[in-house]
Order: sequence, then structure tokens, then C-alpha cells
Amino acid sequence: MLKNAWLVPLIPAVSFVLILAFGKRMPKKGSEIGIAALGVAFVLSLVAAYEWIGEHVPRHPVKSHSTWFEMGGIEIGVGIHIDGLAVMMLVVVTFISLLVHVYSTGYMHGDRRYTYFFAALSLFTASMLMLVVADNTLQLLVAWELVGVCSFMLIGHWWEEQNNSDAAIKAFLTTRTGDIGLLLGIVTLFFAAGRSFEIENLNRMALNGEIGHGLLLVGGALLFLGVMGKSAQFPLHVWLPDAMAGPTPVSALIHAATMVVAGVYLVARVYGVFFTGFSIEAGGINLVALIGGITVLIAAALAFVQDDVKKVLAYSTVSQLGYMVMALGVGAWTAAVFHLFTHAFFKALLFLGSGSLIHAVHSNNMSEMGGLRKYMRTTYITFILGSLALAGIFPLAGFWSKDEILLGASENGFPLFLVVGLLGAFMTAAYMTRACYLIFAGEYRGHGHPHESPPSMAWPLRILAVFAVLAGLLNAPGIGLFHGWVEFEVEGVEHFLEFHEFNPGLAFGSLVVAVLGIGVAAGYYLRNAFPRGVMARSGALRTGHRVLLNKYYLDDLFINGVIRKIQYPIARAAYWINQNVLDGVVNAVGVAARRSAQVLYDFVDQKGIDGIVNGAGLGAEESGSILRRTQTGRVQQYAALLFGASAIFAMALVAFT
Amino acid sequence: MVRLYLNQFLLLAAVLFSLGVYGVLARKNAVLVLMSIELMLNAVNINLIAFGAFRDNVAGQVFALFVVAIAAAEVGVGLAIVLLIFRNRANIDLDESNLMKG
Repeated sequence: MLKNAWLVPLIPAVSFVLILAFGKRMPKKGSEIGIAALGVAFVLSLVAAYEWIGEHVPRHPVKSHSTWFEMGGIEIGVGIHIDGLAVMMLVVVTFISLLVHVYSTGYMHGDRRYTYFFAALSLFTASMLMLVVADNTLQLLVAWELVGVCSFMLIGHWWEEQNNSDAAIKAFLTTRTGDIGLLLGIVTLFFAAGRSFEIENLNRMALNGEIGHGLLLVGGALLFLGVMGKSAQFPLHVWLPDAMAGPTPVSALIHAATMVVAGVYLVARVYGVFFTGFSIEAGGINLVALIGGITVLIAAALAFVQDDVKKVLAYSTVSQLGYMVMALGVGAWTAAVFHLFTHAFFKALLFLGSGSLIHAVHSNNMSEMGGLRKYMRTTYITFILGSLALAGIFPLAGFWSKDEILLGASENGFPLFLVVGLLGAFMTAAYMTRACYLIFAGEYRGHGHPHESPPSMAWPLRILAVFAVLAGLLNAPGIGLFHGWVEFEVEGVEHFLEFHEFNPGLAFGSLVVAVLGIGVAAGYYLRNAFPRGVMARSGALRTGHRVLLNKYYLDDLFINGVIRKIQYPIARAAYWINQNVLDGVVNAVGVAARRSAQVLYDFVDQKGIDGIVNGAGLGAEESGSILRRTQTGRVQQYAALLFGASAIFAMALVAFT
Repeated sequence: MVRLYLNQFLLLAAVLFSLGVYGVLARKNAVLVLMSIELMLNAVNINLIAFGAFRDNVAGQVFALFVVAIAAAEVGVGLAIVLLIFRNRANIDLDESNLMKG
């Protein structure tokens, strides 16, 4: 199966075509094709994982490659490069996608473009899987853009509303901004690696020091621009919250579990470039860790002021992606990949749970929820489990992976990012407590009667909840299998991915921080431990709140701020100069111009230029009347001229060579 | 076994080509002009194949195949034009179709 892993992306691709062709005529409108295809793909991925684990240690990546075409000596090919990382991603993507397919049959029931929705889901899954198995950066780029297009299509699924289509365009253009960097980075590294797109080759050359450090730094920074766009890192994170305009299953699949981690996956894939280029071994501060750290904090702060439950989760996703990028930046490769793994489960769970809530109360706003624990038992329990996993409570999934990131930051010499990580853990726990309080506690504030969702939606929640609880144990001390499965070796380079054993002290510390976050938020909301109206009285807090509500004014900055702030003073100064200086100059110039123009008109124009123009016209007329005699309209005469001319040229050619 | 020389082929092709040129320039009937064009194209084909065979180079045959394909397309278009001229003017005498006279 490892050799034939290309089947896994192929199956959803075929399903996409089948749904488009026959979907409308099927009894279930094409959803059964998608579910069946994903079921098969998931089983195949599991088989691949089983075979990978069964291989002899050290495991060697399974590769197969075929040339697509060659052009100017550059080989452009498609191929697969299957190692632990790819197998892990195959399993996660097919698993989440399968559950989202099942869930969507309930959530999208009766939708106008139901068949089209499933076709797009299939296409997305196929592209994402192709990205995962890619063995060269060019194929990766193609798949990368394909998932971007699918994201665009699915965010704008309900494009009749202006907001939704705006969000889709914003998402597409923002990620495209980063993709320019990605493309340039791929080209840079192509030349740096001796005209090869192959990822394994790139990693080896980067780690062996066969590529200059400066070149790696430039190439890595350009690639990282693409990562910032796709994985919603500061300051290109602005599209992800808006992308919540799409249907909720899409948010769960694309904007939480799979597509947005493509950036993290890319960094993990060509880690040699980043590891050497950004001198990650040296510790201190580097661009990757810095951007990740900033993203962790600013996104977590924004999650506090959102009313839309999906936006809370969106900012939480941005923040968690920041964690992963930061982990890669501090050299904790395994921790980043492990966090990607666990995050996929509990964030997909939270998004599907929020979809279930929205399905019940017909509103995204938490101000119209409240008291839902009485009406929706399954959603309530699974959502709380997901929140606890996200907050990093022992022994749920998030606890183990977050702890590894913190451990990596402290062991590899990045104390600053240990603090950032702990602060992020505190904020994560607090904003999830706030969300859970607003949704489930108190009395119902919305309209109508909320009800539990149908089984097709409840079952994916239950299954995901099990994984959100258990997934973290895979790399827990005593079990510790995961890092052995995914870590990769590069030929001729000694093992450079450091994996640190569990540290009880730090783990306990992060747990305390998370519990503290829950406690503070719960105190604020549940027990009224803090004086109410503190927001109204304290000016500083109010300002902070306003800044957060406006998302740090980043949108305004991008759209209006830059332009207006510069525009007004310049405009005023320009007006003054215009009135006082330029007018005088202009008048003087005008008078001078008129005088000289008169002279020009009389002598140059009337006599000189007119003469030339008239002469040219006359000449054209004369020569035309001569040449028109050759235009007899007879084909054979033209042919004779043609033959004569070519005969003369042929003779000239023979004579002169 | 008769020994064949390259010049024999080239001469044949030259004669054929000249016949074609004569046909194109002198014939009045448009269909015959088209046929003469075919003669010229085939003269070229003979050249291509002859050179290809004597120089052990397969490119000559490949080009000849291309010429055959293009010739088929060209005749298709040419005959369609002739047909339309016939429908409009009830004859295909090229001397009389001089509407494009300048």
C-alpha cells in the first residue's frame, strides 16, 4: 500500500468527477459517492499506516516518481514521497473528511447546491491528499493552489449574500498575497538545490551545508510568506475569521483541521531549509518563532471579544496554528507535528459542535444561545470535552501536545517563547471557558425551541470526542510511539530532530496555568467574583476592549488607514502649494506659452509641418495610384509574383552560401 | 538489382514541381489549380523522403507525414472556396474572378 499511496488522492478525485456527472441523478444526490470514496480512502490510509509502523526501524521513505514532461532540460514530474509525516497526514485528512462528509448530509440537508457542495468537498480532499504525498515542491505548489481554490468555492458556497462572496474573495486574495512569496521561494530553492524540485534532495543539501546560508535564509523567508498566508499567521491572518461565512462543516474540515495546517506541513516537510536557514539550533529569536509567538497572543486576545461562536473558534485556530509555527521555530519539530495531529481532532470536534448549535438555534451569536446544556446533551458533553482538550487539561489530547511545545521551547534555549506559550495556554483556557459559559450556562436567550441534532451529526461528534480525549496518549510518557513513527531522517546527516522526554514539572506548571485560566474566566462569569461594570469604569480596559473589537484595526489599516492617514495632510499641503505657488507659475508659463505658440504657429506649423504632412499625403496618393495597377485581383498573377520572388530569393541563397 | 541514386529522385521531384508550377500559373479551372498545388506538395514530399532515406534520418519521413496532413486540410478549405465561388457565379474560371481588383 505504501508504494501505491497515490491511490489515496486519486479516489476522491474520481469521486469528484462522478459526483459532478451523476450526482444529481443518485437517490442521495451524490453524497453517497463522496462518503463511499472517503471510506475507501480512509481504509487505504489505515493500511498504509499499519504497513509503515510494521517496517523495520530505521524506516526509509517509500518513493515513486514519474516524469510528467521535460522542458528545456528541466524535469517536471509527479510522484509520491511517503514517510511517517505523510502517512499521519493521510490518516488525519481522510478521517476528518469522512466524518465531515457524514456530518454534512445532516447539516446541508435540503441545500440548494447540495450535490455541488459534495463535489467540492471531494475535490478539496483530493487536492489536500495530493499536497500531502507530493515529492517535489512544484507538485506541492499545484496542490496548494488547488486547495486554495476549493476553499474559495466553499467559503462562498452561499454566494447570494454579499458578505459571503466578499469573505471568499478576501480569503483568496490574502492567501494569494502570501503565495507570491511561496512561488518565488520555490524558484529560489530550485536553483539553490542545483535545478531540482525534489524535497528530499532539498532537505539533504540544506542540512549538509551544500547550499549557502544566505540563499537558504532568503528561500526560507519567501516560503514562509506563503505559510503566513495559508496558515493564517500574523499579519495575514485576517482572512480566516471572515472565512467562517462558509458552511460550518467546511470550517471544520478546511479552516481548522486540514487546509490551514498546510503551511505548518510545508515547514515541517522542508524543515532542513528552515532549520539551517534560520539557524534554529542557535536558540534566541528567529522569524518563524517570532511570527508564531505573536500570532498565538494576538489571536487569543481577539477570541475574548467575539460574539459569533465560529469566530471564537476561528481565532482559537489562528492561535493554535501560531503554536505550531512557534514550535517549528523553536526546533520542536515533533511537538509541532503532534500538535497538528491532536488539534485536528479537537478543533474539528469544536467546529462540528458549533455547527450543531447553529443548526439548533439558527444563529451564530452566543448572545442568542445560553442554557443549551438542557436541550442538547450530546453536543454539550462533546463540546465541553473538546474545549478541555483545547485548553490543555490532563489527560486530554491538547495537554500532551501543548506540553511538548513548551518543553521544546525551554530545552532548546528559547525562554521568551516558553513565556509566550504559557501566556497563550492561560488565554486559551480562559476564552474557551467564556464561550462555554455563554453557550451552555444560564437561560436560553434565543427564539424558538432548540433541539438536538440528527444522528448523522451527533455521531461524528461522539467519535471525534473519543479521539479528542485519547489522541494525546499516543505520545504520552510510557507509550511514546508517535515520535518514532513520524520523525524523519536525512541520509548522511545525523539525527537532528531532538525529542525531549516528558518533564513532569513543566507539565504540571502548564496544567496549573490552564486551570488558572479556567478559574479566572469562571470567576468572572459564574461567581461574579470581580466587580461588574469594571469595563465601564476603567478607561484603559475600555480602550483595550475597543481595540480588540476592531481586530487591532488591522483591516482598517490595510484598507483605509494607510491611505487616509497619509492622504489628508498631503492633500492639504498640496492645495496650499497649488493656490499660492503653482498658480503664479502656471499663469506666467501660460502667457509665455501663448506667445511662443503664436510664433511657432506662424512659422513652424503653417509652413514647415503642414508642408511635410501635405507632401506625405500627396506622395502616398501618387505611389498608391502606381501600385494599384499591380492589384489585378487575379489569383494566378499573384501566384506568379510569389513564385518569381521565391525563385529570386532561392537563387540569392544559393549564390551567397 | 538496379542501383538508385539520390539525383534520380531529385530530378523526378524537380520535374513534378515544375509541372505543378505551370499548372498553378496557367490553368483557368480552379479545381485543376488545386490539383497542381497537390503536385507541388508531393514533389516536395519526394524530396523529403529521398533525403531522409539516403541520409538515414527519420525526420524526412516525419515531415512528409506532416505535409500530407496539412495538404488534406488545405484541399478541404480550397474546395470549399471553389464550391462557394461556383454557387455565386456559376463558373470557376479564375480569370473571371477578379472582384478584388484594386
